[in-house]
Amino acid sequence: MVYPDDVRYTAEHEWARLEGGVVTVGITSYATDQLGDVVFVELPEVGRKVEAAKTFGVVEAVKTVSDLFAPLGGEVVEVNTALADNPALVNQEPFGEGWMIRLRPTVPADYQKLLSSVDYERLVEAQHA
Amino acid sequence: MPPQTTLKRTPFHSYHRAGGGKLIEFAGFEMPVRYTGDVEEHLRVRRGVGLFDISHMGEFDVRGPGAVEFLDSMVTNHVAAVEIGQALYTPMCRPDGGIVDDLLIYRSDDHFMLVVNASNIAKDFQWLREHCPPEIRLTDRSDATALLAVQGPRAPDVLRGHVPDQALELASYRFLHGPLFGAPALISRTGYTGEDGFELYFDPAHAAVVWEGLVRAGGSAGLQPVGLGARDTLRLEMAYMLYGHDIDESTTPLEAGLGWTVKLEKGDFIGRDALVRQKQQGPTRKLVGLEVEGRRVLRHGMIAEVEGRSMGRVTSGSFSPSLGRPIGMAYVESSLARVGRALVVRSGARAFPATVVKRPFYTQGSKRS
Repeated sequence: MVYPDDVRYTAEHEWARLEGGVVTVGITSYATDQLGDVVFVELPEVGRKVEAAKTFGVVEAVKTVSDLFAPLGGEVVEVNTALADNPALVNQEPFGEGWMIRLRPTVPADYQKLLSSVDYERLVEAQHA
Repeated sequence: MPPQTTLKRTPFHSYHRAGGGKLIEFAGFEMPVRYTGDVEEHLRVRRGVGLFDISHMGEFDVRGPGAVEFLDSMVTNHVAAVEIGQALYTPMCRPDGGIVDDLLIYRSDDHFMLVVNASNIAKDFQWLREHCPPEIRLTDRSDATALLAVQGPRAPDVLRGHVPDQALELASYRFLHGPLFGAPALISRTGYTGEDGFELYFDPAHAAVVWEGLVRAGGSAGLQPVGLGARDTLRLEMAYMLYGHDIDESTTPLEAGLGWTVKLEKGDFIGRDALVRQKQQGPTRKLVGLEVEGRRVLRHGMIAEVEGRSMGRVTSGSFSPSLGRPIGMAYVESSLARVGRALVVRSGARAFPATVVKRPFYTQGSKRS
């Protein structure tokens, strides 16, 4: 499995992509592989403040449910409304069209503290050992 | 998950691995939970046909004079009424009516085969042995038995030409012994999906011939391997019991809605007195089907409430791929066990409205009656 290196990662299997001062957040292909088919994603409203490492939503798969954790603290500026009608996008394109929220980070420099793709791959391998 | 070296493997393990199955621990076995996706695999079985490896399940042989009487003393359903070539679904209870396991009993001319849940193999064998008279021979054949299920409306198309023609004419819960791709097998019209289908028991020595034969013969019908994930959603749509979730030693068949498998008139059996008493008084709680509004999915362990008071617990819950909405089952106080009754299901700080609905949830299956 290959993890893109234009995003950063959390140990809870979220990814974050910083572009123009806004961070897009989703869950990794490893997470979707663990979850199976996603049937519902509960997301916060635009304007809500989220705290780093705190839950910002819930992803329901057929067989299991998982909380979503914010990689960075900040204000939600956009949510992926396409997931309401088509939650399968999370499985199909976890790093692309299956994104979940965009937020304006309170401390943008914290982005650099997230895991690199190499670190994340190592973490996933360690969990499998 | 315990280290993989401690997990048992079925005779089809290499096919799961080669076929891209995602392997998980289940009841001490390394089993495929899914291949492509839970929903796709589920719908494949509803619309076409799927292949399940369920070799983790346990098989015991019971033979000897008095085998009928012995089994009738152990289980709630009526073994003596079963014909040769017929299978019986039955709970096996403790003296207090709690369920030790739910199992299938196959009656052949000279012996019975008991098929038990993988998680209960050791417990069941011990329980049966403790009660077994000396003239009965009880043998654990679990490791010497491969078990595949071919399930779905197109299951007969897959087997045609590779089993005796009579096998395709079997009624539900009937079986025969005969060649399966040339290998000796027990071919049974049973399943856990609500669809037409077969369960196939044979010696693991023939694992490759049968698996590869089924995959080849099933190609034009769209047969693909299916994991335990879809097996669970298929059975839940039918409101079939999953031991350890919907039933266990703390629940009785009457509470679970399995009264049709409890034959109080057949004579004495373990648990009979307790079940007679419970039937007279009426169970204080019952297993019901639930649907929730919205798309939050019911899960095992959630609390069912009325006006903030706990009324029971969700035993199974999932998104239903056939119905496109969440479904589940829960034990609730008997006064609430009425179709249409509204209640609330709580998960931590969250609560969502739920309604008691009829079981099974899914009624369009191709299963023969």
